[in-house]
Amino acid sequence: MTNWERFLETFFKPDMLIKYWPSILKGMAVTLELAAAVVLTGLVLGFALACLRSYRWRVINVIIVILVDMFRALPPLVAILLLYFGLPHVGLNLSSFVVLWLVLSFVLAAFAEEIVWAGITSTSKGQWEAARSTGLTFTQTLVWVILPQAIRLGVPPLTNRTIAITKNTALGTVIGVPEILNQATSAQSFTGNATPLMMGAIAYVILFVPIVIAGRWIETRFAWRRA
Amino acid sequence: MTSTTPLLDISGLRKSFGTTEVLRGIDLAVAARELTFIIGPSGSGKSTLLRCVNRLEEPSGGRIVFDGVEVTAPSTNLNTLRRSMGMVFQSFNLYPHMTALGNVTLALRKVLGKPREEADAIGQRALADVGLADKTTNYPNELSGGQQQRVAIARALALDPKIVLFDEPTSALDPELVGSVLAVMRDLKARGMTMLVVSHEMRFARDAADRVIFMEHGQIVEDGPPSQVLVNPREARTRAFVGELTR
Repeated sequence: MTNWERFLETFFKPDMLIKYWPSILKGMAVTLELAAAVVLTGLVLGFALACLRSYRWRVINVIIVILVDMFRALPPLVAILLLYFGLPHVGLNLSSFVVLWLVLSFVLAAFAEEIVWAGITSTSKGQWEAARSTGLTFTQTLVWVILPQAIRLGVPPLTNRTIAITKNTALGTVIGVPEILNQATSAQSFTGNATPLMMGAIAYVILFVPIVIAGRWIETRFAWRRA
Repeated sequence: MTSTTPLLDISGLRKSFGTTEVLRGIDLAVAARELTFIIGPSGSGKSTLLRCVNRLEEPSGGRIVFDGVEVTAPSTNLNTLRRSMGMVFQSFNLYPHMTALGNVTLALRKVLGKPREEADAIGQRALADVGLADKTTNYPNELSGGQQQRVAIARALALDPKIVLFDEPTSALDPELVGSVLAVMRDLKARGMTMLVVSHEMRFARDAADRVIFMEHGQIVEDGPPSQVLVNPREARTRAFVGELTR
């Protein structure tokens, strides 16, 4: 057996490819579903928290800051294990899918909140004053004048964070969420062959390259020339 | 001057930032259609006075009545009040993500609730009035400083205010662009707009102002027609300041 043949045998074994592509495909569907859910809830929650914070109600802001800092500091894997194995003891049985979705949503929300908040605070005071001087309310000013500028500033870090955190759906494998990596590792342990893992890797690339490209497109679209 | 009630009546206005007293008892009545200039050294409280009028700054004491409404009363709806008080800032403060027309029409649509077509028509007229009929679709960064400030004036005028507060409207402009902004202000004066202007455009003040106020250390030192305050000041401090400016 030549080296090349050994390589193919290890990573691209034909009968493995045929046998396991349906389960990898199933894994892709689960990963995609999770990623979409996490992006949606994470970003919406992050925006909502940043907006809420701009009203500067002291007690609420303390709570927001504590929560956000906690979820930025905690490794997602720790939170996932903690919730998945801890919650049943307090009578809350959440499926592994829901636990993963919740944890990653909170982590994305925490980072999104910080990014949007940074955008809100970096908008000049004059923008607020100009808008308020025409009779716009605080909320109207936030929605129509401040947020559009904050979002534009935040788009590059937001797309990066979003991609990084959706990739963390792979952590679901430790609690048995049947996503790509989980399908691949269980096939690998059955067969003792790395082909399913290679298939998993390819599945991630197929799934995430378009998302990375979409992220770049959003960045150019939202960029606007500044004076 | 006139015996009618003034449009804007400020009495005993005080403002402190921490322990620093910026306004120390200002009494000022402005009649409708009057163009009042406020001059004074840096830190004299001119801008703070202007910003207290529409309560961008919260006064520490005193009373402001505008068009029969007590501005300083806690129950006053500031957002309603501000519709009838335009404000123009030194740094323009245009919304960078909106076109000139978008800047002018935002409050028309969101505050007055006008439909887009109507707001656009009003906005286009306001921009035409400041000589920018051909710039409606331009973004602020595509406009010169003078054009930006005229968009800001159009934004204030679109709401059909009863007074416009100008806070050093030409201080951030290159000298050759100042004229276009002053021309718009002169035009406004001719149309009978009441204006309260913080500025050091002395020639414009002499030509167009009905009245000039000299402020120092948070107080009004001298108040009179430009022929008095700018040419023949009664107060020694005014004389010193005006002498510096017109040197």
